[in-house]
Amino acid sequence: MKSYLEPKFIIQRDQERCIQCKVCITQCSVDTHYYDTEDDEVKSYPDTCVGCQRCVVFCPTQALTVKKNPNEYRENYNWSPEVIEDITKQAETGGILLTGMGNDRDYPIYWDHLLLNASQVTNPSIDPLREPMELATYLGRKPDRVEIDPDTLSLKTKLDPLVKLDIPIMFAAMSYGAVSINVQESLARAATEMGTLWDTGEGGLHSKLYKYGSHTVVQVASGRFGVHPDYLNAARVVEIKIGQGAKPGIGGHLPGEKVSDQVSLTRMIPQGTDALSPAPQHDIYSIEDLAQLIYALKEATNYTKPISVKIAAVHNSAAIASGMVRAGADIIVLDGFRGATGATPKIIRNNVGIPIELALASVDNRLRQEGLRNQASIVISGGIRNSGDVAKAIALGADAIYIGTAALVALGCHLCQQCHTGKCSWGICTTDPTLTKRINPDIGARRLANLLHSWSLELKDMLGGMGINAIESLRGNRLHLRGVGLTDTELRILGVRMAGE
Amino acid sequence: MAKVAKIDASGIYYRELNQQIRRLATEGAQQIELHNVCGQRYIGTNLDRPVEIEIFGTPGNDLGAFMNGSEITVNGNAQDGCGNTMNEGKIVIQGHAGDIIGSSARGGKIFIKGSVSYRTGIHMKEYQNKQPAIVIGGTTQDFVGEYMAGGILVLLGLNLNGGENHKACFIGTGMHGGVIYIRGGIEDYQLGKEVGIAELAENDHQILHQLVSEFSSYFGYNAELILNHRFIKLFPRYLRPYGRLYAY
Repeated sequence: MKSYLEPKFIIQRDQERCIQCKVCITQCSVDTHYYDTEDDEVKSYPDTCVGCQRCVVFCPTQALTVKKNPNEYRENYNWSPEVIEDITKQAETGGILLTGMGNDRDYPIYWDHLLLNASQVTNPSIDPLREPMELATYLGRKPDRVEIDPDTLSLKTKLDPLVKLDIPIMFAAMSYGAVSINVQESLARAATEMGTLWDTGEGGLHSKLYKYGSHTVVQVASGRFGVHPDYLNAARVVEIKIGQGAKPGIGGHLPGEKVSDQVSLTRMIPQGTDALSPAPQHDIYSIEDLAQLIYALKEATNYTKPISVKIAAVHNSAAIASGMVRAGADIIVLDGFRGATGATPKIIRNNVGIPIELALASVDNRLRQEGLRNQASIVISGGIRNSGDVAKAIALGADAIYIGTAALVALGCHLCQQCHTGKCSWGICTTDPTLTKRINPDIGARRLANLLHSWSLELKDMLGGMGINAIESLRGNRLHLRGVGLTDTELRILGVRMAGE
Repeated sequence: MAKVAKIDASGIYYRELNQQIRRLATEGAQQIELHNVCGQRYIGTNLDRPVEIEIFGTPGNDLGAFMNGSEITVNGNAQDGCGNTMNEGKIVIQGHAGDIIGSSARGGKIFIKGSVSYRTGIHMKEYQNKQPAIVIGGTTQDFVGEYMAGGILVLLGLNLNGGENHKACFIGTGMHGGVIYIRGGIEDYQLGKEVGIAELAENDHQILHQLVSEFSSYFGYNAELILNHRFIKLFPRYLRPYGRLYAY
């Protein structure tokens, strides 16, 4: 069938700059560039270009520019070029449209409608360069009250297991199989260096990464891949994954061709078969069942680790979160609709779930109203772009933040949204042995640790500006936030006042 | 000489009971008898070394969840989630069992004298030299072997009256690995779309002979009499049942 799809991008090659070095050919993972032997010239064939910018970055003479195809359709607000392309693709394949990364639609970004406070005159701001500034955060169940032995001045209350984070930013779940082993090693090493955690996702823990166990969150998801007593015991936190923001309510299929021998060893499944994660966990059909799995994991780890439960932010998140805490979750993770993935049906990614800001505000609020807030930490994820978003999230009530997409961008990701093809030219979302080598864990870990370091400096600056010297004083402190361009309903749900009030 | 330890479980909360079992196992007990068990969950989970546990009464959900090498005998019925995500070991049940028996198990064996409820063997896997097996003496409810990615599931139908069929529907829905053997009548409409039916080959007979003999040894049956009956074999028609679902 003749395809009616047009190239998404065009490639401009400045022939005066191009030195015919063929770097673009070797860097491209979708065969856009080629060497024309007859003309003795490197040329481009834009049909396959996905706009990943790999060739542009690696061209030694800056000869290349990748641009959106300027070819114009007749203007139509309803029938945009993307809508037309999607229909065309479906007419030509009969399949569900797959995509990668998170929701890219222009839904409101509430972070951009929230502003932080700063001290002026009536209370002094603090200069973090000269004064200590505390970012340490403890995740896990906190007691309702603490008792101190008056004689020894030691704590009488027996605390549940807590995890100390030096910075309240962790790396979100990205499974081995979706991302490469070098990406996971980079994440694990950066998390260890910076005193925070990384998350295995549901693809098991590669034997090579067990040594980072004390900085690792291991996931137990519907596929139960690689879930084994050693895996559970190696971890700092065990996370039950119910859902994720990029595909709430549905499972996942890691295609057989990505199940290489190493992926098979780590997931503990045969090589080459699809790794199917069912939509629900079949031992969890209710809050009571969730409690059963939480306590099964607590039993399996002898009550030494906090158990986390991750859900996608959906309409009834507040009520669900309340149930999760009552079921025994020590940490609850809310993944907003901007949360990314290695593969998801586009229709789900773009249309299901709710903004994380609203979910966070309503969950934090509900847990406070019900007197449960101390019983579980709240961790959020899904589109956190910078330390400003982190500070606002903490002020809205989050204990810590997971970053996924931002971490991948630190490693080189240019958000071309082709994760589902397994041909990531940046060597991130692939198990192809050649592409995988493009991430060097020494450099990857450095880039990620640098990112966390930058954000922690900025967080300290913002805290100092507000006149507070510990992240704990910002947590859930919505008085430090004001809204702009929001309706009364939005302000009510977020629990913040309008700027100027 | 094997050390046998006994616990009277009456009135003991599961957490305390499991701590006692764990303590005994750590101290070197090789056989543990639990009496008056009544609904305590997670028995056999998290033992740092394999032991033999004999249960009198009715254990609660998730019996042997994440179990790694222990052997459990239940003189009574078992409830839901028995053998959940089991890595290695054996569970023998002298009665019936509930939902999702052997869910996501990657190794070990489960023998049940009576019948089971829904979704038995769901998402069982196999891996390297590990191949879980579940043998059910009676019959089952719907979705048996759903999403199965490996392992062996045997359904004997010994409690069906002459000529009576199994009632389960959606057998092997989404199956993409492993094998199901069924003794007793079944109609095509009861099967999931992803499974095919085949006659038994020589190696199937060997596998069945081994499993049914072991089953019979626990429950006092004559294996030859059970095996001397028509079995069918269900297998996954595709390794990648959903591979053609997507447009890229």
